[in-house]
Amino acid sequence: MSVVFKKPDALCDVTMHYCPGCTHGIVHRLVAEVIDELGIVGNTVGVAPVGCAVFAYNYFECDMIEAAHGRAPAVATGCKRANPNNIVFTYQGDGDLAAIGTAETVHAASRGENITVIFINNTIYGMTSGQMAPTSLPGQVTTTSPYGRDPRQAGFPIRVCEMLSTLSGTAYCERVSVDCVKNVMQAKKAIKKAFENQIAGKGFSLVEVLSTCPSNWGLSPLESLERLRRDMIPYYPLGVYCDKEPFAAFEEAAK
Amino acid sequence: MSDKILMKGNEALAEAAIRAGCRFFFGYPITPQTQLPEYMAKKMPKIGGTFLQAESEVAAINMVLGAASAGVRVMTSSSSPGISLKAEGISYLAGSDLPAVIVNIQRGGPGLGGIQPSQADYWQATKGLAHGDFRVLSLAPAGIQEAVDLMGTAFDLADKYRMPVMILGDGILGQMMEPVRLPDPVESLPEKPWATTGTKGKRKHNIVNSLYIQPEALEEIVRARYERYAQVEANETRVETWLCDDADIIVTAYGSTARICRNAIRAARADGIKVGMIRPITLWPFPSETYAAHVPHTKAILDVEMSMGQMIDDVRLAVGNAVPVHFFGRTGGVVPTPAEIRARIDEICKEA
Amino acid sequence: MPKVTINEERCRGCELCTTACPKKIIALSKTKLNSAGYHPAEITDQSICIACAMCARMCPHVAITVEK
Repeated sequence: MSVVFKKPDALCDVTMHYCPGCTHGIVHRLVAEVIDELGIVGNTVGVAPVGCAVFAYNYFECDMIEAAHGRAPAVATGCKRANPNNIVFTYQGDGDLAAIGTAETVHAASRGENITVIFINNTIYGMTSGQMAPTSLPGQVTTTSPYGRDPRQAGFPIRVCEMLSTLSGTAYCERVSVDCVKNVMQAKKAIKKAFENQIAGKGFSLVEVLSTCPSNWGLSPLESLERLRRDMIPYYPLGVYCDKEPFAAFEEAAK
Repeated sequence: MSDKILMKGNEALAEAAIRAGCRFFFGYPITPQTQLPEYMAKKMPKIGGTFLQAESEVAAINMVLGAASAGVRVMTSSSSPGISLKAEGISYLAGSDLPAVIVNIQRGGPGLGGIQPSQADYWQATKGLAHGDFRVLSLAPAGIQEAVDLMGTAFDLADKYRMPVMILGDGILGQMMEPVRLPDPVESLPEKPWATTGTKGKRKHNIVNSLYIQPEALEEIVRARYERYAQVEANETRVETWLCDDADIIVTAYGSTARICRNAIRAARADGIKVGMIRPITLWPFPSETYAAHVPHTKAILDVEMSMGQMIDDVRLAVGNAVPVHFFGRTGGVVPTPAEIRARIDEICKEA
Repeated sequence: MPKVTINEERCRGCELCTTACPKKIIALSKTKLNSAGYHPAEITDQSICIACAMCARMCPHVAITVEK
């Protein structure tokens, strides 16, 4: 008998705290599979800030730092600058990355900081149980937009990949989804590329993963996948938004 | 030790940090400390170090946290409003047991306040820096040589006790020039087996964390931290006493204000008034015992600050009701003169 | 012969595996409950499994091992 599929070694052998059907677990597994395939677990440092994934330090076998809400890119910057040979990744939610940590995100990208960012967009604050996120869709009902998100009152959702791809410093931005096996496979390819970019010194790479939050959406896990496909993907189209080598391009142009 | 050279306070602090083994600086411009990051920006690239101008004070202190996690000597500097922004990160540093050095070259407040020297961040530095049960070891140099000497101490104590250490200066200290003798560069730095540098397949993963969701677990870790704080109080309290043995009046002040007081005390002594001085060098831990030791043979204490009176709370706690504790302060960036302080000493003499 | 092992204690009964399976041979147990109170997924007909591991790739709790 040969093993076709098993838990990756970079993932700790523990039961994760995530709710039934929450796709954080899938993305954790993909990151761990990539770490295994690249053989970098002993050299990797993960940074998980406040949010549902704050306990990620219990789930990855690599060294881990828990960061304040929104500050993971700054913490990762300090860590990477101190030890440039370490592979440093952040794992951030939408409230963290696109609300309280927008400045840290934009400037880490703008500096071309050589880190890998895994960005979970599930259009809601999960850990505090269901408030409006910067990525909540127009009309989306949350506990702090109980009549549906009204752009006149609460503004519009932020499309992170589109925004960051306009920056000279961003090397790679791709939006993926984990709603079906095909998309999960594509998500893994993107995550792998984001890590490979760091190993190659290309600079800031971000993978936005459209994810579900069945508990706070008030839907079953299977209905949640359906909502992701029906409502989220049209607003947040999948694909590569940016794939370049900012420093190489700049240095070439300067010649 | 170098020969004596003339240096500006902010630059001397930067050079002293480099000589203490600091190779990572993350900061943001703010008057009156900006020469410190500017010096780092010039020097770090030449010695294989890193200077990074962050997008904010909030980001800077979190970069410090990341580098501290990675086990290197790292610092940031700012001035009062910027320190308020760093508060969150300092709490996380304390809660994650990370060593780092933070310099505050104080200016007038609250709000945007002013850009002139002040000591109105005493409470912030010693008590209310941010949320949670924690301490920051605060060092208050009164001159540039002392600032240079305390910078090495700051890094050593931060590493020894795994806690943030603050150097609390003010606009005078940052901006004035004095001759200093710089220390030799440190040769070796302490090992940090807890640092997040990658397991290299040789150990279980290291976790840098301040989250303990079980209340009992959090209480246990905070209590363990307070045991370390007790050691800091027992071993690291620093204070200078001057002319206290026969003093009828003891002036107490820290930092630049203590230097101004020195002139007033000399003038009073020349006129036969027995005045001495207690100058706390560590603001936390506060040298309470030194006050208690001198209370029995003195008649009054005069606390002088560039604030509306903040350290005076600790002085009163140390002195109790044994003798009256008087106050003289200027605030908002106004620097007290020796003549003003002398006048206050004379008033106290009349009352006594 | 392919073999799918589901760690019943780790399973959260979310059913994402059930729709991922092209052979439709995974369903939640109607009788068992794990210690967390979930009906774990189970294989209804191991004999027609093709070891494609689609179930495992959709499992958020990494509870599935596939061998052949």
